[in-house]
Amino acid sequence: MFIYYMKLAIKSIRRNIWLSSLMVLAVALGIGACMTTITVNYMMSANPIPHKSDQLFYVQLDNWGPHFPFNDENEPPDQVTWRDANNLMQHDRFKQVAMGTSGGVIESDNREIKPFMAGIRLTYTTFFNLFEPPFLYGGPWQPTADKNSEQVVVLSKKTNQQVFGGENSVGRTLTIAGNRFRVVGVLDDYEPIPRFYDVTTGAFQSPEDVFMPLTLKLPLELGSSGNNSCWKDPDGDGFEGFLMSECINYQFWVQLDNAAEQEQYMSFLNAYVEEQKALGRFPRPLNNRISSVMEWMEIQEVVADDAQIMMWLAALFLLVCLLNTVGLLLSKYATRTADIALRRAIGAPKQAIFSQYITESALIGIIGGVLGLVLALAGIEAVKSMYGDFVSEHVAIDLTMVTVAIALAVISSVLAGCYPAYKACSVPPATQLRNQ
Amino acid sequence: MLKMNNLCKSFRTELVETHALRNFTFSVEEGDFVSVTGPSGSGKTTFLNIAGLLENHTSGSYLLDGIDVQTLSDKQRSNLRNEKIGFIFQSFNLIPDLDLFDNVDVPLRYRGLSRSERHQRIKESLERVGLANRMKHLPSQLSGGQQQRVAIARALAGKPRFLLADEPTGNLDSQMAKSVMSLLQEINQQGTTIVMVTHDPELAMQTSRNVFVRDGQISEAETILPLAAASNQ
Repeated sequence: MFIYYMKLAIKSIRRNIWLSSLMVLAVALGIGACMTTITVNYMMSANPIPHKSDQLFYVQLDNWGPHFPFNDENEPPDQVTWRDANNLMQHDRFKQVAMGTSGGVIESDNREIKPFMAGIRLTYTTFFNLFEPPFLYGGPWQPTADKNSEQVVVLSKKTNQQVFGGENSVGRTLTIAGNRFRVVGVLDDYEPIPRFYDVTTGAFQSPEDVFMPLTLKLPLELGSSGNNSCWKDPDGDGFEGFLMSECINYQFWVQLDNAAEQEQYMSFLNAYVEEQKALGRFPRPLNNRISSVMEWMEIQEVVADDAQIMMWLAALFLLVCLLNTVGLLLSKYATRTADIALRRAIGAPKQAIFSQYITESALIGIIGGVLGLVLALAGIEAVKSMYGDFVSEHVAIDLTMVTVAIALAVISSVLAGCYPAYKACSVPPATQLRNQ
Repeated sequence: MLKMNNLCKSFRTELVETHALRNFTFSVEEGDFVSVTGPSGSGKTTFLNIAGLLENHTSGSYLLDGIDVQTLSDKQRSNLRNEKIGFIFQSFNLIPDLDLFDNVDVPLRYRGLSRSERHQRIKESLERVGLANRMKHLPSQLSGGQQQRVAIARALAGKPRFLLADEPTGNLDSQMAKSVMSLLQEINQQGTTIVMVTHDPELAMQTSRNVFVRDGQISEAETILPLAAASNQ
């Protein structure tokens, strides 16, 4: 019977082409708006490292001032101090990584290439082990490079292209922030979405151009960038004095493979803070925390509030479109009472009439869904202009979203069609036939 | 085959209660061709709607092939209509955007017959009414008489035990009416029971039995004597 109902639905749509077009347009507009915002949210809330997001934990220590918490919710600070980052990294029984950002001018030995400003990620070699960025050439620096503050770098693919024309540059040298560095590795394409390992400077930024040991920061006096927050003035003077202050500017991650390791690590953190309290630091009550990747994305509200608001507004818009569709379906079915009464008289049970009209609603939903996808593509183009380059590169409608769009359109249309279909199948045949 | 005993049907509004049928006792035997006549508003159509299971009666009993229809669900009533009853309406009630083939196909679709059986039945019934060569025509391309023949073909395709016809010639000129009436007589002679509501005493005289309805009741005194019965007397 389904094929028969489809055949009748096509005939019905063609019979009332303008009314049907209005319904398709209403569904398409609603779906288009919904899919645009759902796509943006879907991309923003994607798991950037699904195979180990439950094993990677962001570390928070509450070293904030004694009189007020870091924020209203009594959350621990979202970064750690230089001193704590270095102290924790001394304990190599855990797979940990500390990191921060800096910037500097890159100068190629090739004089034809103009110097350019580059973003620098200062970190440890464990960064590459924990987050597994793919390498095009070479690999991470050795742990000894961290210990000995060796001037080695891993370049992004883009930087390697700019400086070395995309060749295998491992072993070659370049100047960064006035210092010579040896290239040990070049990353392949690496664009985690969101850039989960550091969301403090924007979750949807591209990874940095250059990666180098964090232990170089002090000897090379590499400047700090990103968010730097302090609850009191530095005790000491100069670059080192600032580094040793209670200012937070560093991100800290640890890999913990099971619940037992998580428990051990929390004990370790608490013991560390107690030890620091004994030294006169950490005036606040014990408030350390570890959060998995997705928990951290949620805490940091990576999916922008305005994107979520837009999604809900789009859902409301879809609802309005569906209410319009209900009205249009009711008026359409009102013109079909003779047909319905006849079918009922010659043997169609109510359920058959209901199925026939629900099939028609579903067909309108499918057509509306396809048109809605086209509108969503246009909508995404509009959103790209609002969200900038990153969204422009990464937000797109994939197969999942196509499936969701069609399913959403069909479900919505079927729901919208239920009441009109119920009204249609409730037509008393005797009364209608009498009125013919 | 069809037995109504003390059947009543009333329509109630907030202010008025109208009795459309009152203690209506009536039966139809297999092979009958019964005409139901009476003035407008006498209850003829209400009788036909109840007989065709399109409406429920208020009280009394109605047995169709021994089945008490009052207790049936919507689905059971629909199935019974589909399998045992064929309808012919005054205004033909063809679906305008379906061709003749698809119009005749409508009742068969709800019976779950195989494609080949449906095709055979449609072909046979359209042949029976002389329209097999116009299967792909739309109703609007036919004359009134031809449209009524399609409606008869649609009713026959389901191979019903009896046909209910509501003023089947009401919208036709006399020539076409005669041709449709001949067709109904032929169908009746082939064994199908027919109950026909009509205003036309001439048509009523051509049936095997007449029932005159007035004020929702059968009026024996006003019954028209069919031609066949008259010639026997």
